[in-house]
Amino acid sequence: MRMIESVGEWLDARLQLSSSIRATMEHPVPRETASWFYVFGSAAFVVFMLQIVTGILLALIYVPSAGEAWNSLQTLNHDVALGWFIRGLHGWGSNFMVAIVLIHMVQVFLFGAYKYPRELTWVVGVLLLLVTLGMAFTGQVLRFDQDAYWGLGIGASIASRVPLIGPSIVNLMLGGPIIAGATLSRFFALHVFVIPGLLIAFVAVHLLMVLKLGINEWPMPGRVVRKATYIKDYHELTKNDGVPFVPGAVYKDLFFAAFILLSIAACATLFGPFGPSGPPDPTIIQTAPRPDFFFLWLYAVLSLLPPSMETPALLIGPMVVILALLLLPFVFGEGEKSWRRRPIAVLTILLVAVALGTFTRLAGNAPWSPVMDAWSGIPIPSNLLRNRSALERQGALVFQLKQCHNCHSLGDQGGKRGPALDAVAVRLTRDQLVRQVIQGGGNMPAYGKNLSPAETTALVAFLDTLHPVGQSPARDASRAIALGTGPIIEPLTDH
Amino acid sequence: MTSMIGFTRRQLLMRLGIFCNGLVAVFLAVPIARYLLSPVARARRSGYDSWVPLGDVELFPSGETRLATYRNPVVGPGDGDTAKIACWVRNVDGKSFQVFAINCAHLGCPVRWFPQSSLFMCPCHGGAYYQDGSRASGPPERGLFEYEYRIESGKLLIKASEMPTPGHASNIVREIRSCV
Repeated sequence: MRMIESVGEWLDARLQLSSSIRATMEHPVPRETASWFYVFGSAAFVVFMLQIVTGILLALIYVPSAGEAWNSLQTLNHDVALGWFIRGLHGWGSNFMVAIVLIHMVQVFLFGAYKYPRELTWVVGVLLLLVTLGMAFTGQVLRFDQDAYWGLGIGASIASRVPLIGPSIVNLMLGGPIIAGATLSRFFALHVFVIPGLLIAFVAVHLLMVLKLGINEWPMPGRVVRKATYIKDYHELTKNDGVPFVPGAVYKDLFFAAFILLSIAACATLFGPFGPSGPPDPTIIQTAPRPDFFFLWLYAVLSLLPPSMETPALLIGPMVVILALLLLPFVFGEGEKSWRRRPIAVLTILLVAVALGTFTRLAGNAPWSPVMDAWSGIPIPSNLLRNRSALERQGALVFQLKQCHNCHSLGDQGGKRGPALDAVAVRLTRDQLVRQVIQGGGNMPAYGKNLSPAETTALVAFLDTLHPVGQSPARDASRAIALGTGPIIEPLTDH
Repeated sequence: MTSMIGFTRRQLLMRLGIFCNGLVAVFLAVPIARYLLSPVARARRSGYDSWVPLGDVELFPSGETRLATYRNPVVGPGDGDTAKIACWVRNVDGKSFQVFAINCAHLGCPVRWFPQSSLFMCPCHGGAYYQDGSRASGPPERGLFEYEYRIESGKLLIKASEMPTPGHASNIVREIRSCV
């Protein structure tokens, strides 16, 4: 024991660190901040540490070459002892890190912690969010599978829309004319050297400011931030009603960090690593690329935006959001901190959460994508074929063969790109059906060149049977007269 | 000792030292920038777009659209399968051809040809194109990208090397006017 003490003293005589470490550990924090709400920042840090460790472990096996990366992931998954587990930890750690950083940000926003004098802490926090998302995207690329390949294509297509310099940005991003070896190498450099370097630097500055400026006190309604008095008030608060950070507040951070690490390990064990999906061979085109969870909302937005708005929204939207986040503490640097007195802040969070949640959920079943194999794989419900004439059944065949089912559902089966056709006969008359099929319109391709008159007649005859029991199909009242087959109705005379 | 210009000899030497480092920094920055920008500079090099054979013309029967693959003319040592590129070849009438890039004009996903309905459909965001490559529906703002082609001693060749993207159809790719 005395030996350890003397070694410690010998080291400290040279390092001169113990006094500053002790001061950091014992610095007083407001009593209420020793709260379960204040654990997310440290948890994000702990997950980042996990990512560094697991990342280095993966780098022992992973080959950052377009020709070999996918095979090396298979080796990790199947040949290396517990390689799948390390990949699982790294992949789930990534998801947890993004989630925790977002929760931390929401908590800081709702607790008004970005206000004076912590504006710069918030700004660095925004940068940390961006580099965290950068790590998530570049990491998805390193899992060099089909999704990664086509995801890069999407990234390049977005980047190419920047006016004037777009094509050059694409070439720089890809490291050449196509997605290939150079592309993976530079994303490897970004994911392993550049962005982690930035992350470590930003984390250091972020932490330093938290220590120097003190942890945000628990917001009380009515306790208003004023630049003239805040620092004095804060010091009085910590002096009169503070607890030392260690052990007053730190034990909750420790418990939460352990809980999060255990959750990541549980997810890695139960659900395993992510992918890789098919090999990155661009001639295998039977693929439906999907982004990772935290970019699903973007996938939905890109599908749902009207074409004319897409480029401006893609290029200006992110800049507006980032600018708003960066300017937030400078515009609202004073005033109420408590979320109880900031209804607009609460509504903003709810709005963003509901919007992102809705888009993510939509992207889960992607109703805008045609179901590519519905025409051959999903039969027409048999009740729609019972008691049908030969012509109508022929129409049902046309419906399948011409891949109408890929975009239109029957009995909730098939594509959702176009409207469901279970009751289409109630909405459209025969003539309108013919027109819609031949000319298209309303986001439907025109099939005029691709259907013979006989096929069109059969198809429309089938579509005309699609109406709920007890509801008659739409009729054009003038049709019978025009054909001279219906009852002749006296024209209204003008008086 | 403070001289008339307002700083001491040591301050002057320090400033000279900073200046020297600045010079060296600029001297090093130029080659580093050139190195980083090489993908952009390389694209400007003549002969970058090459004629690539897709195979015998007989592989593409009249009136049909078939998938063709080629190895990109610009390849690196570690490219592996990513150097393989697919494209759709449409033999219009036995004499003229259309060669479409595999990439959707919306965000570059691989479009699939459906001969039964004569449509190209994109699995990502639901873009659709007619058989001549013009836009049929969905988010794309234009038709499919089309390669220049020529026929030489019974082989179909296209001018290729760069992935087409919406902002940059590239000089090799003609734009198809939508029929709408």
